[in-house]
Amino acid sequence: MNKRIGRHTVKIEKPVYIISAASYAGKKEGEGPLGKYFDFVAKDIMLGEKSWEKAESMFFKKAFETALQKAEKNFDDIDYLLAGDLLNQCGGSTFGLRDFKIPYFGIYGACSTFGEAISLGSMLIDGGFGKNILCGAGSHFCSAEKQFRSPLELGTQRPPTSTWTVTGSGAVVLSSEGSGPRVTYVTTGRIIDMGIKDSGNMGAAMAGAACDVIEAHFNETGRTPDYYDVIATGDLGDVGKALVKKYAGEAGIIFNNNLTDCGIEIFDNETQDTHCGGSGCACSAVTFSGYFYKKLLKKEIKNILLIPTGALMNTDISQQGETIPAIAHAVAIEAE
Amino acid sequence: METTEKKKKEYQQAVKVLSPNSHIIKNCIWAFFSGGTICLIGHILRRIFESLNYSEDKTALLVNLILIASSALLTGLGLYSKMGKKCGAGTVVPITGFANSMVSPSIEYKTQGFILGLGAKMFTVAGPVLVYGITTSVIVGIIHYFIMG
Amino acid sequence: MDILEYLRAFITGGTICVIGQILIDKTKLTSARILVLFVVSGCILGGLGIYKYIYDFGGAGATVPLTGFGYLLSKGVIEEVDKVGFLGAFTGGLKSAAGGVTIAVVFSLLAALIFKPKDKN
Repeated sequence: MNKRIGRHTVKIEKPVYIISAASYAGKKEGEGPLGKYFDFVAKDIMLGEKSWEKAESMFFKKAFETALQKAEKNFDDIDYLLAGDLLNQCGGSTFGLRDFKIPYFGIYGACSTFGEAISLGSMLIDGGFGKNILCGAGSHFCSAEKQFRSPLELGTQRPPTSTWTVTGSGAVVLSSEGSGPRVTYVTTGRIIDMGIKDSGNMGAAMAGAACDVIEAHFNETGRTPDYYDVIATGDLGDVGKALVKKYAGEAGIIFNNNLTDCGIEIFDNETQDTHCGGSGCACSAVTFSGYFYKKLLKKEIKNILLIPTGALMNTDISQQGETIPAIAHAVAIEAE
Repeated sequence: METTEKKKKEYQQAVKVLSPNSHIIKNCIWAFFSGGTICLIGHILRRIFESLNYSEDKTALLVNLILIASSALLTGLGLYSKMGKKCGAGTVVPITGFANSMVSPSIEYKTQGFILGLGAKMFTVAGPVLVYGITTSVIVGIIHYFIMG
Repeated sequence: MDILEYLRAFITGGTICVIGQILIDKTKLTSARILVLFVVSGCILGGLGIYKYIYDFGGAGATVPLTGFGYLLSKGVIEEVDKVGFLGAFTGGLKSAAGGVTIAVVFSLLAALIFKPKDKN
């Protein structure tokens, strides 16, 4: 059992390569700074479907199929499918992937789902339970607003601390053979609740969980932040990032300009009116699959600590006055 | 990350400091002028109908009809939410905002069918308004009865 | 035509909306809560006989905001109680609001039939 190197961290000893990655993004994301990196940018985020929920499923289908094609694999080659999203009962993934006929684990980690999928996929391969695993996550601005906030046409103001749910889906194929960046460490977060109630300030709700997993990762691996070219949280936005800097700093973890956030990378908050940045399952999924993965392949960066963050909010329980618990999962991914 | 009550308090304080505030002055100016304009339109309409010799009750109804119909149209065209982004309470508080709160979920939940989708969700905001508005009126009526009666 | 009368409508309506805006920004109340609060306040102020003065001053500036809807409810219920007695408390409010509510329901339905949901970009 020497794979477990700490309370939160496991070392992935056998090679787990990310042999392909695919990103399908919405129109607004395509107009953002990372637009040119995505495999596909939808002109109409309905994708020809009749409802936003169906459109979200279609994003899943397209992204996951593309990841398979890029890996030159068939459905039959894949041992497990790991996916999740924000909709009730993971509707986006279930309905998007129901025709795949691959043994499936539907997972939920809110916006941290992409990290959860890669973590579990890597552990399955290292454990010898599978050779090829397809995993990913996605979200859709419209279906998320509908489920968690208010109707799109309701004339409300978004608070300055709010973030914008990313439309799209990102998927990767993990394999025990092949080439590509390797997953080397998986640090699994705990549920952390800092007592934030404001659902218009998700970055603040999640930053505590991000700090917790960051502390755990560096303490247990013995690494320092300098080791990584990029340390990217999932969707903390400006407020969350500032909080991580402050509290990780207090714990002695000092970043040298390598700390970023997928939600900050994906939008230009000034011109795109996204307030604090992007959010949603798709935020870290498409930013990693589209942008960071390509940088790893080109060796522009040699490694990344990806930390998708999730607010484990339940709208009913929130209305009962509860605070917002959060989670974050860190995965170390290193170019060969 | 510690999660003691003391740490949580301190964290929540830090969140307050680090979170950008709403531009309250700017928002209030927008709300004042947009809300004022909608009311001014209402008042102009009222004077027009009065000059056409409609009774007070009919005038009030016709003004509401025009404002609500305009709000429904603007909501359907996706313009009311754009105005709402700038105007804030200026477009929430007038009767047009009430109409917007009924029209917007109706359109959005049409995909879930006419009964439990459109029909039920129409009242997500308007329902509570009616529940508490009507109840208050009943209380006002009863009190009025016992004091004045 | 009295230009001041229009100005008063503008200022009254604008001021009521500013109160709503301050509540939104300072207390993070959702617009649903704001609307409920305004209707209830309008109804209470109407019942206390205070809103009448705002109405006399502001005209449509007092009736178009949702406080005006509350005022209408209170006015209706008081008139009905005066007319038919105790049971009027249960009919007066909604009777006076019947037109407005019906118009809103019908136009919401019409709009939903005509328009499709679309994204916000």
